[in-house]
Amino acid sequence: MANTALADPDSGLTQAQLAARYGLRVADEPPSLGEYSRRLWHYRHFIATYANAKLVASFSNAKLGQLWQVLTPLTNAAVYYLIFGLVLEQKSIPNFIAYLCTGLFIFNFTQTAAQNGTTAISGNLGLIRALHFPRASLPLAVTVTQFQQLLGSLVVLIAIVLVTGEPITFAWLLLVPAILLQTVFNAGLTMAVARMGAKLADLRQVMPFVLRAWMYGSGVLYSVTLFEENLPGWATRLVEFNPMLVYIELARVALLEEAPVLNSSLPQLWLVATGWAIVMGVGGYLYFWRGEQEYGRG
Amino acid sequence: MVDQYEASNDATVTLPQVRERIPTVVVDDAHVIYRVHKGAGGGTSPVAALRRIVTRTSAPEIREVHAVKGVSFTAYRGEAIGLIGSNGSGKSTLLRAIAGLLPVNRGAVFTQGQPSLLGVNAALLNDLSGERNVTLGCLAMGMSPAEVQREAPGIIEFSGINERGDFASLPMRTYSSGMAARLRFSIAAAKKHDVLLIDEALATGDKGFRKRSEQRVRELREGAGTVFLVSHQLSSVRDTCERTIWLESGVLRMDGPTDEVIRAYEAFANRK
Repeated sequence: MANTALADPDSGLTQAQLAARYGLRVADEPPSLGEYSRRLWHYRHFIATYANAKLVASFSNAKLGQLWQVLTPLTNAAVYYLIFGLVLEQKSIPNFIAYLCTGLFIFNFTQTAAQNGTTAISGNLGLIRALHFPRASLPLAVTVTQFQQLLGSLVVLIAIVLVTGEPITFAWLLLVPAILLQTVFNAGLTMAVARMGAKLADLRQVMPFVLRAWMYGSGVLYSVTLFEENLPGWATRLVEFNPMLVYIELARVALLEEAPVLNSSLPQLWLVATGWAIVMGVGGYLYFWRGEQEYGRG
Repeated sequence: MVDQYEASNDATVTLPQVRERIPTVVVDDAHVIYRVHKGAGGGTSPVAALRRIVTRTSAPEIREVHAVKGVSFTAYRGEAIGLIGSNGSGKSTLLRAIAGLLPVNRGAVFTQGQPSLLGVNAALLNDLSGERNVTLGCLAMGMSPAEVQREAPGIIEFSGINERGDFASLPMRTYSSGMAARLRFSIAAAKKHDVLLIDEALATGDKGFRKRSEQRVRELREGAGTVFLVSHQLSSVRDTCERTIWLESGVLRMDGPTDEVIRAYEAFANRK
C-alpha cells in the first residue's frame, strides 16, 4: 500500500507512517484554544476591513449613501415620537421621548447584531469554502459593523437628549463603559447564534419572534415600573437579570435625570452588566470555537 | 495498484529541481460520505413537516452518498497534479477533504501547512469594488496590511480587469463571470501556498489570461508548493500537470504520468 520506488528510503512505510515521518498534520485537525485566539488576533485587520466593507456595502445602492447611518435612527425616533409622544401621550414618564429613544437605540444594537449573526456563517459559505481564516472573524465583524451603526445612532440620541432639556453631567461618561460591556455581550451572542444558524437554517425565521419578545421583556416602549406593578415578585427579580434591560437602564441612568428604573441599586446593575458580558463573551467564544471545523459543510 | 504508484514516482523523479522528495499531502484510504437530507420526508408540505415535529420523528429520507471510496496517494513538493474523471466522480469532494473543509468519514488526510482551495464559486463581496475585494481577500489569506498594499496593484494588473477601462473601482456585481473568476484566481495566486487546490478556475478566463495563469501555476510550483488542478479541459491539465490522478465514481482508477492517464481516460470516455 506504499511507495515502492527503488532506492526510496520511504518505501515500506504505510501512508500514516510516511505522514508522521515528514511531520504532516491531519487536514481537519481542530486548533487549540490558544492557537485559535492567536490566529484571530492576527486577523484583526481582516475583521475591521470586513466590517467596514459590510457597512459601506449596505448603503451602496442608496442615493444618500452613508447618511442613512444617521437618517435611519432619526426617522425611527420621529415615528415613535408621533405615536407615543403625540397620539398616545405618555404622562407617567418625564421626558418620555428621550427615555424611549435610549431604550430603542440600545436595544437595536443587540437586536441587529443577533439578527445578522444568525447568517454570519450560512451567508458567507463561499468565503468559508474558499479561504482559511478563523471563522470567528465573521460574527465578530458583524458586531463591529453594528457598533459603527450604533455610533451613528448615538449622535442622534445625544441630540435628542439635549433638545429635550437634559443637562450635561459627569454621569454621561458612564455611557462609555456601559456600551463597552454591551459590545462584549453582543460579540458573544453573535458568535453563539452564528454557530446555531450555521446548523439550523430555521433559526433565521424564528429569530424575529425571539427578539420581539425580548424587546417587550426589556421595557423599551413603556415604563419599566410596569413589571413591578403587574408581575409577581419572583418574576420581577427575573426580569431584573435580563441583560438587555440592564444595559438599557445603565444608559438611561447615565443620560437622563429622572428616568424610572427597575433596579434601584446601581452597584447591582453594574455587577449584572459585567457578569453578563463575561458569561456571554467567554461562553459564546468557546461555543463557537468548538464548532470551528464544521462550518465549511454548510 | 502498486504499478500505478511506481508510475507516479517515475514521473516526479524526472523533475529537475526536486532532489529529495518531500511529501506535502498524504491521503490514506479516505472515505467521504455525504448525508443528504431530502428536505421534509414524506412530502414537502408544511403539514408533513409539522406532523414530523409534533410526532418527533426525524426525516426518514436520509440518503447517503459515498462520494470518495478509499482513495490513497502521496503528493510531493514541486508537483502539479491533475485530477480528472467524469462529472460526479468525487474530484471536488476530494479537494475539499484535502483542504480540511470537509472532514473525512474514514481514513485520514495529512497535509503540510494549510492547503488553500481556489474554486470558481469562491464568492467575495459582490457589492464591493474589485479593489476592496482584493484587500479583503488578501487579508483573509493572512497577509498584513503592509503586504496587501504592496501586492494589490500587481494582483489587479495580473487579473487584467482594467484592460477595458477602470473596472477595479466598480462593484464586483458589474463584472462578467469571466472577469470575476480571473480576479478570484489572481487573489488566491498572489500568496505562496504550501498546497494550492484549483477547482476548474483556469477554464473561465480568455486565452490570454489562461496563458498567464498557467505560467503563474508553474511559478507557484517552483516556489516549492504542490498544486492540484481539477479540470474537465484535458488540454489545461496536459499543459500544467505532469502527473494525473483519474477518479471514477469515487475510486482511484489510475495514477501516473499525465499522457498515459489521459490516453486511458479518453479511451474510457469514448467507449461509453
